[in-house]
Amino acid sequence: MTRVFVSKDMASVALGADDVAEAFARAGCEVVRTGSYGLFAIEPLAEVETAEGRVAYGPIGPEDVAAVLDGSHPARIGAIADHPFFSNQQRFTFARCGVTDPLSLADYAAHGGWKGLEAAHALPPQAVVDAVKASGLRGRGGAGFPTGIKWQTVLDAAADEKFIICNADEGDSGTFADRMLMEGDPYCLIEGMAIAGHAVGASHGYIYIRSEYPFAIEAMRAAIRRAAGRIAPFTLEVRVGAGSYVCGEETALLESIEGLRGEVRAKPPLPAIEGLWGRPTVINNVLSLAAVPFILSEGAQAYANVGFGHSRGTIPVQIAGNVKYGGLHEIGFGVTLGELVHQIGGGTASGRPVRAVQVGGPLGAYFPPAMFHLPFDYEAFAAAGGLIGHAGITVFDDTADMARLARFAMEFCAAESCGKCTPCRIGSTRGVELIDRIVSKAPRAAGAAETLPQLRNARTAARTHEEEIELLRDLCETMKHGSLCALGGFAPYPVLSALDHFPEDFGGAETLTEAAE
Amino acid sequence: MPQRDSKEKSALADPMTDLSEIQAVIDGTVHATTRGALLPLLHELQEAFGFIAPAAVPLIAGALNLSRAEVHGVISFYPDFRTEPPARHVVKLCRAESCQARGGAAIEAALAHRLGVAMGHARKDGQVALEPVYCLGLCAIGPNALVDGRPVARIDGEAAARIASEVEA
Repeated sequence: MTRVFVSKDMASVALGADDVAEAFARAGCEVVRTGSYGLFAIEPLAEVETAEGRVAYGPIGPEDVAAVLDGSHPARIGAIADHPFFSNQQRFTFARCGVTDPLSLADYAAHGGWKGLEAAHALPPQAVVDAVKASGLRGRGGAGFPTGIKWQTVLDAAADEKFIICNADEGDSGTFADRMLMEGDPYCLIEGMAIAGHAVGASHGYIYIRSEYPFAIEAMRAAIRRAAGRIAPFTLEVRVGAGSYVCGEETALLESIEGLRGEVRAKPPLPAIEGLWGRPTVINNVLSLAAVPFILSEGAQAYANVGFGHSRGTIPVQIAGNVKYGGLHEIGFGVTLGELVHQIGGGTASGRPVRAVQVGGPLGAYFPPAMFHLPFDYEAFAAAGGLIGHAGITVFDDTADMARLARFAMEFCAAESCGKCTPCRIGSTRGVELIDRIVSKAPRAAGAAETLPQLRNARTAARTHEEEIELLRDLCETMKHGSLCALGGFAPYPVLSALDHFPEDFGGAETLTEAAE
Repeated sequence: MPQRDSKEKSALADPMTDLSEIQAVIDGTVHATTRGALLPLLHELQEAFGFIAPAAVPLIAGALNLSRAEVHGVISFYPDFRTEPPARHVVKLCRAESCQARGGAAIEAALAHRLGVAMGHARKDGQVALEPVYCLGLCAIGPNALVDGRPVARIDGEAAARIASEVEA
């Protein structure tokens, strides 16, 4: 019987992979459902097992099954590893994603699984923490904090109970690496968490997954049941979010697991010292934890050998939005933005020129093509007024209205704010109003109080366009420095970068010409 | 979808049975060893009944040793939790940046027009609701939606028409 591999990743299913799998089964094939390789332009994708290895075809539909099986279909790709999108990738974390049956323990073990955990169990906890430190791994959730140092803090904290939490509340638009890994290689995450448990002395872990990811929730729950014996005495459970973006912030996430409103906590105390139920807690992103098995099995140096500056190892970049070859591209740090968008992503899907890319989700900065020389590196992006975040790149073509996108950033912040701190809760709402006034060229006039005769020193003239822009920048500064967490603190990034790089969309250029006349 | 069946069931059942059914779900979910049980319990209740009836709040509070205000506070904080029965079909359309970059706003307008309901609302006849969602993680193949839980990608005008006719059934 011919074996055929078809992805059951949520994205593949959205593109019709279920119908394709069913058609192969009807044609008498043994269908193995895998994760996705991560290039959606070639999905639905089917790989047929042959004497020369797996031969891929895509995109295909259920009507193409006969032509695929006799080898005559024109969408023949050949070996996936030779495809230009994949041939220069460095897949450390996503090595198995797309290749294996995600829930098969035999597949996982046959492809190098559990080696990291075995290596960790042979070492004392401090040696495991040292290996993670030596690898240079930094938090992939966005902050880029060294993972080994976080683990050290938890290891050093004395407590009757400690926890490992995986933050799988991947709410940033333009990111999907966590989802793909949980659906395509869930044991990798489980192994990473078990290693973390051994390293810091925690016996229980939680994986907090957003409710928008039903496939990932199902995959992780099934994988935890099957791997329970393998990771014992460490235990794991899945907790499901409920549509709140701010719960991706680590302290709000703690509140949510405790069964409370997802409101952020003031720091300090750090969660590493007083986290879940007041106990020392490691909170790491899916990709940080999933990078750990490689570090333990292949050695910290093998991981640290790849990278750029202080950003070591690989980063699973997610190329999204209006792009031709969108998908997941895992590569060492240092690749430039331009390479990712043009060479790897192939430019826009609409065929129009690229106007801007947003890096790092809804709280990330917008960069114009003039800045495409920027290397993917935490420090380089911070110096350019942006952030890598969760390494999602959203591409926009020249029809994008940057003032409208800036307004959306404020609107999103207002909708998702937990309400605990004023700069975020009220600043975002004022930001929406301010951008509306700027775009409609209707600056604020003096209010009723200001025109009272008693207030003789109050200003009675309307604000100018420049003053409104200045006020918006000032508001952004307040939000940046005065907010409790990254939601209010980073929401100004898309706004300020849009203002800096695309002032013409805010009516700036026109106002200047009017002034010149 | 479980919501549909359970919604019809709860609409028909008399209030007393309803309360005992709610209590049964609570008793089945809350165990002495579960810590932070409120969110998992609310998910269970919504899964079973399609929504969290206000009458359930005192029962939840009693089971978890919380005040009714605390339970209400949590229900109202999270966008996923409903306090009213859902429409028979729910279309969750992504409004986030990556879908916007691929023409999401035009699709939102087209879908709202075809379904005859504004974004964020349920149609008066209870047949369909159009709800916003901020990212489904299918960001390279947008605009995307979940139609009664089923992911749909690359929605164009034609796909919007298909979704509209599907939810009339």
